[in-house]
Amino acid sequence: MSLNRTRNFKFDWITIVLFLLLVGFGWLNIVSASSSGEITSYFDMSQPYGKQSVFILFTFVLIILVLSIEAKFYERFASVIYLVSMLSLIGLFLFGKTVNGATSWYGIGGFTLQPSEFAKFATALAVAKYISDLQTNIKTLKDQLKTALIIFVPAFLILLQNDAGSTIVYAAFFFVFYREGIPQIYLLLLLSIILLSVSALKFSVLITSIIVTVLIFVHHFFLKKKKGSILQPIFITLACIVFSFGVYFFYSNILQPHQQDRISLWLRLEKDPVKLEQMKRTILYNLNESEKAISSGGVTGKGFMEGTRTIGKFVPEQHTDYIFSTVGEEWGFLGSSFVVILFVLLLIRILHLAELQKSQFSRIYGYSVASILFLHFMINIGMVMGLIPTIGIPLPFFSYGGSGLWGFTLLLFVFVKLDSNRINEW
Amino acid sequence: MRKLLLFSIIVLVGITFIARLFYLQVYTGKAYNIYEDNAIRKVFYYPKRGYVYDRNGELLVANQPSYDVMIIPREVEPLDTLEFCSLLKISKDDFKKKFSRANNYSPRLPSPFVPQLSKKDYAVLQEKMWKYKGFYIQKRSLRDYQTTIGANVLGFIAEANQGEIEADGFYQMGDLIGKQGIEKSYENELRGVKGVKFIQKNRFNRDIGPFDDGKQDTIPTPGKDIIVSIDAKLQAYGEMLMQNKVGGIVAIEPSSGEILSLVSAPSYNPNLMVGRERSDNYIKLRNDSIHLPLIDKGLLRMHEPGSPFKALVALAALQEGVVDENFSVRCSGAYNYGGRRPMGCHCGTGTRNIFDGISESCNSYFATLYRRTIDKYDDASHAMDVWSSHIKSFGLGDYLGYDLSIGKKGNIPDGTYYDKMYPDFRWRATTNISNSIGQGEVLVTPIQLANMMAAIANRGHYYTPHIIKSIEGQPIDSTYTKEHHTSIDKQHFEPVIQGLFDVYNKPGGTAYFLQVPDIEICGKTGTAENFTVIDGVKTQLTDHSIFVAFAPKENPKIAIAVLVENGYFGARFAGRIASLMIEKYIKGDITRTDLEKWVMDYTLEHEYEKPTSGKPFRINANSGLMTVEQYERLKKIENEQTQTDLQ
Repeated sequence: MSLNRTRNFKFDWITIVLFLLLVGFGWLNIVSASSSGEITSYFDMSQPYGKQSVFILFTFVLIILVLSIEAKFYERFASVIYLVSMLSLIGLFLFGKTVNGATSWYGIGGFTLQPSEFAKFATALAVAKYISDLQTNIKTLKDQLKTALIIFVPAFLILLQNDAGSTIVYAAFFFVFYREGIPQIYLLLLLSIILLSVSALKFSVLITSIIVTVLIFVHHFFLKKKKGSILQPIFITLACIVFSFGVYFFYSNILQPHQQDRISLWLRLEKDPVKLEQMKRTILYNLNESEKAISSGGVTGKGFMEGTRTIGKFVPEQHTDYIFSTVGEEWGFLGSSFVVILFVLLLIRILHLAELQKSQFSRIYGYSVASILFLHFMINIGMVMGLIPTIGIPLPFFSYGGSGLWGFTLLLFVFVKLDSNRINEW
Repeated sequence: MRKLLLFSIIVLVGITFIARLFYLQVYTGKAYNIYEDNAIRKVFYYPKRGYVYDRNGELLVANQPSYDVMIIPREVEPLDTLEFCSLLKISKDDFKKKFSRANNYSPRLPSPFVPQLSKKDYAVLQEKMWKYKGFYIQKRSLRDYQTTIGANVLGFIAEANQGEIEADGFYQMGDLIGKQGIEKSYENELRGVKGVKFIQKNRFNRDIGPFDDGKQDTIPTPGKDIIVSIDAKLQAYGEMLMQNKVGGIVAIEPSSGEILSLVSAPSYNPNLMVGRERSDNYIKLRNDSIHLPLIDKGLLRMHEPGSPFKALVALAALQEGVVDENFSVRCSGAYNYGGRRPMGCHCGTGTRNIFDGISESCNSYFATLYRRTIDKYDDASHAMDVWSSHIKSFGLGDYLGYDLSIGKKGNIPDGTYYDKMYPDFRWRATTNISNSIGQGEVLVTPIQLANMMAAIANRGHYYTPHIIKSIEGQPIDSTYTKEHHTSIDKQHFEPVIQGLFDVYNKPGGTAYFLQVPDIEICGKTGTAENFTVIDGVKTQLTDHSIFVAFAPKENPKIAIAVLVENGYFGARFAGRIASLMIEKYIKGDITRTDLEKWVMDYTLEHEYEKPTSGKPFRINANSGLMTVEQYERLKKIENEQTQTDLQ
């Protein structure tokens, strides 16, 4: 029995190598972005890169720990882990430390810990556990609502702590639900919401309403074969129009000015060149500088520790959320594309492994891992390159920060462990 | 299907990111250039610009420090403009104008704000400079002329313009570049190489230390000193003689092609072209439409050569074998060639051979020679081509290729020229017989005439005239040391040179009275008709006085051409000046002080005023000479007259 088990304990080395490449390359860029020329010791604890070195060492301890625990443990204790995690989020309201406006940290000695980074992992476990339960049928509205609740609790708590960026990450679970069979109508609904929101802001509510009305009625009278009641299209149209108004109202009256500006810039709503120039110097400053740093890298980049904009610290928060701009400047098009390809490969690998899982729990968990990592990847790099509005979340394995690194490592390696165990699942 | 949604989105996002990276880094990105990186501050150290010495080692051009207040508009922070303006001695409007000009050029690149501060202003300003963010002082070196002569040769430096900056990556806004004269011709040798220090800035635009540990910093390389072929003493003497006249003197050393002096009159002090007053002075000089001091008369004045051209007509005829050196012509005081009017001649009457033909400048003699040369071939056009190529082999009708950037081609007509001029008419030698006496369609510049004399002095070859003698010991461009051979055989030169010698040495020679003791000079007088247009009417002015010469007859040391505009006949002004220049160069001092006094005493200012005076005027023999003293008295009276009129 024990012999058999050892033989079947096969970790997926492709995932591990991709992980190591990302962490290693990430560390090089943190060294460059946070050092000021001279490096005395790579473990200099007064510098971010020194701390990150230590974080990475602890990461290996964490990996060994995660891999040595029985795979069944994670499924069995998923609810407990989720509960503990939620308590840690609630605890922030009492003991939390506020950094940059967000109350997301516990201060322990000289270090800070960000429980929201671990909440993603806990939520993924809980979602996998709940959906894979034989009692659950995701196709029923009741269970859909219950699953949604698992996500809304941490998302809501994090939003209350003023960390909107981390809240958005929970949208990743949509991919999981969709994969597990929620009705198609949800996808349609999601697409409608996105299109309506963009259209309402970009082209005004009136134009959006007219387009929606025309489209729905053309569909009803000319395309639909089995014509039902006229009330249905009227109701949908009204809902769309009300929603568009809602979006507009939300944008103009509820969003904070800086959030408004981010969206306005993304949708190119601001036409006044004077105001635009002013924006470039204020809220667009980071993006402007990060785009400049990336552009200046050219094809091959300026070389490790040679990025003049990195050395000059032109991009604020460069070693955390904007770390990809260092990659762009110092490693150029080749290096940045390499990082993008590494991420894409890692995500596809996880998806592929998830589909191979025999246990539903492992599959759903794997799918959650891929979705969460993907959303971070898309938002972070998209933001640094000016493709999507500024949302401050880290680039997994790359950005500076212990909590983030450990949270993502935990997320990934629990899956590696589950995957290694799939042969024993029968 | 549901399995594919996330997979497809991941791949799509990956492709989008790589496409965006390609757009940012490859498509719009340029190869990295540290000079365009605004994270790096570039501090330039300007090298010493090369000095200029004359052929005898006299220092002509040195340097003086100058301080420019530079601005980087983007970095300017609110400041006490009142104090700043008073320190810079500018008005607040100037400040605004200058700021917006600099900002229009580039908000992030430095441009000069107030150039060329005086040392005193600099000293006061320097201490307060820290207060004004975005401004700094750039030290440069300006020219310091050690002399008041040769402005046209020395040229000047000034701020490089947009075109020059774009054409050569070496320059930036505010850098100085040679604009004229040798400063322009030898810019690359004189300028040296700027040193640069790269300083890493942070996002607050503060310096945070040397970039790349200063490994890429360079120190300035000083410009090379150059020695020009000009003889400063001769040049100064020439400029002195040309006072109160308009014209040019070009003197060349025949054995090397070196330009010994290049006088353009009136001249100006080269120091006017230095410092903040440069552009004002420049405009003042440019606006002098009577004297045109900025036009180099020695290089740019195209005129008929007049009689000096006869030497070439004779050489061409001898080379073509249409006459030999014993050929002679009976002159009846005019040359009748079947034209409506015969061509007049003022040599007196008698039999003329080649020697007195030249020395007494007999028109009939040369008209005969020319006619025979062109009539040698049945096809006049072909004959004209042959003749033209002989003349052109002396460097006429061409830019010559000397090392100053300005010039005129002149004109030596050939067969095609007349075929175009008379498309329906069988033209013959008599059609353009005036070419034989250096009038008609022939046009030359003084430097071409001087070069022609050098070729004659060398008995058949010349070197491309040049102003450079050496560049810090290194040899000069080989184009200036290559012999150019004329198409005339050597033996034909001796009779012509004898004729030119007789001009000075035989009673009746047109320059007999210009002899200089102990120097065997060969020369030729010339007179060129010239016209201007007054109120739409072509009006003749007093002839230009022209003289060409070389000396000594054997082993010639100097060949010279003098043009004195509206000086009337050749020997009157140009001849005197040529003799004096030759004596000055060969002997060092003047024995013909009578000639010198005469030249210095007389002015031609009244001649130059005629076309614009609005009054009728007389020319040539009917126009009297005027001394400087008389002229000044006249001016004084006229001034008083105008003042009373005004009252």
